[in-house]
Amino acid sequence: MADTAELTRNVKPETKSKFGWFVSDSLVLIERSIKHITKNPDQLLSVAFQPIMFMLLFRYVFGGAIATGGTSYVNYLVAGILVQTAAFGSTYTAIGVSTDLHRGIIDRFKSLPMNSSAVLIGHTVADLVRNTVSSIIMILVGLAVGFRPTATFVEWLMVIGILLLFTFAFSWLSAILGLFAKSIEAVQWISFVFIFPLTFASSAYVPTKDMPTPLRIFAENQPVTQVIEAIRALLVGTPMGHHALYAVLWSLGILIISIPFATYLFRRHSTR
Amino acid sequence: MTKRGNAIEIKDIRKSFGTLEVLKGINFVIPRGSIVALLGPNGAGKTTLIRILSTLLTPDAGQATIEGFDVVDEADNVRGVIGLTGQYAAIDEYLSGRENLEMMGHLYHLSKPDTKKRAAELLEKFDLADAANRPAKTYSGGMSRRLDLASSLIASPPILFFDEPTTGLDPRSRLMMWEIIDNLTKEGATILLTTQYLDEADQLADRIAVLDGGMIIAEGTPNQLKAKVGNERIEFEFDSLECLKKAEKIISNDSILVNEEKYTLSVANDKGVKKLKSLLEEFEKSNITVVTLSLHKPTLDDVFLKLTGHQATAEELAEEEKEPKKGKK
Repeated sequence: MADTAELTRNVKPETKSKFGWFVSDSLVLIERSIKHITKNPDQLLSVAFQPIMFMLLFRYVFGGAIATGGTSYVNYLVAGILVQTAAFGSTYTAIGVSTDLHRGIIDRFKSLPMNSSAVLIGHTVADLVRNTVSSIIMILVGLAVGFRPTATFVEWLMVIGILLLFTFAFSWLSAILGLFAKSIEAVQWISFVFIFPLTFASSAYVPTKDMPTPLRIFAENQPVTQVIEAIRALLVGTPMGHHALYAVLWSLGILIISIPFATYLFRRHSTR
Repeated sequence: MTKRGNAIEIKDIRKSFGTLEVLKGINFVIPRGSIVALLGPNGAGKTTLIRILSTLLTPDAGQATIEGFDVVDEADNVRGVIGLTGQYAAIDEYLSGRENLEMMGHLYHLSKPDTKKRAAELLEKFDLADAANRPAKTYSGGMSRRLDLASSLIASPPILFFDEPTTGLDPRSRLMMWEIIDNLTKEGATILLTTQYLDEADQLADRIAVLDGGMIIAEGTPNQLKAKVGNERIEFEFDSLECLKKAEKIISNDSILVNEEKYTLSVANDKGVKKLKSLLEEFEKSNITVVTLSLHKPTLDDVFLKLTGHQATAEELAEEEKEPKKGKK
């Protein structure tokens, strides 16, 4: 079996521009990360069930006790759950990056003639795919329990755009967490500590107006609330104000800082 | 395409981690088409050197070239001509064997048809065809290691680095790996491998470099190296100190090792069975009772004792003993 004499030996790398290869390497690694979703039943289940549980829990258990002004609670709730799920979903990037770093495969990637930051692109883009699936499931479940959006076609497109941009931004932040974490286990609690306050100290489940002042100031100005309020306004017609603008600016700002920083950390990792 | 010069040239490579000096100036040249084993215990700097040569680490000082490309300044060119198999299987456990190989083929920038063809060939040759479509996490240790090796061969790079390719493998998988590596050199690949086992280096390598404490302390063909260490040793255990002393007198002109607490004595067996026979006859004549007799092949520890005057650490000894001895082909 070990007779390798008759192997094809004249294989030669193809030639493409640097950018062409960057795109092609990224696509290969996006495909890899997406296969991690489809080939890992546990991940698939958590992607599908966690949002359903949250939806039913808040709709039926807490919903009755929360006053949301003129909007029905289920209509209020959907935007919050969509954004929270996107934020928690981004931790898959941290886990994926950390797993690559702490198992041997990162050495293989880095010894290949490719742009190794394509590995990060693979994880973050797979997050977009995973989150799109979750979002569709949530909206369907929402519709089943009384969610009645008033959004026009254009408004739906804006919802999708803002949500994807936010997911992408948080995935890159999450990549940084994954690069800093000393172990795969550490990733779990670090991302929890990071994302939990951002999503719960927000307008995801309750209006911010009744929060104690310092908390209210934080909640009203942090990115997650801006994104939630923008999506809520688009979906069910709550006041828009500048929320959409701030949501986009926050997400772009996070991306502009976190993409180069994550790439720098990734390249530096283990070459010291 | 023929190139002049050596496949790998290493000049005064140094590397420290904090205050720990891991490589203290390595100089080494590997001619094209040869297979060289870096032999040394854990912590000798073997992996660090491999990581520098495969562009994963930047050296603090010195220069290394692979096929004429500098590992720091021309890292991208270096990556195009090397294949690396590290100590831990660098495979994606959720992907199947075939998917792993095809992913690596694409990332080596082979064309789609070439990638498919090479992947299928390698799966066949490395005895993985039956498991080709199963997730790699279902593979045994030997299978993972073979898939890992196959991944580094997908673009048939001319220079291959294998970092402890058989550590942790069962004897059968180990033999299989040796056969694969042996065949690769026959095809003209230049291979640098690391190992803790003298017999592995002996079996595979044209030349062996012994690495200890960040320096190459000896270099040569397996035979040259073994000649330095001496051949097989015969160990006798006697029933009393008195017998031991008598035996010691009889063979005092040889290089012998004596343990007075265990009543044992060992002597280099340079003349094979004849030597053994003559010794036993002499002991018989002098009424010396031999309790047990055993033969010891030179081990990594013997090499170290001889070359450095200190033992490989207890940890290495334990691993050396765990490893089953293989028969010569």
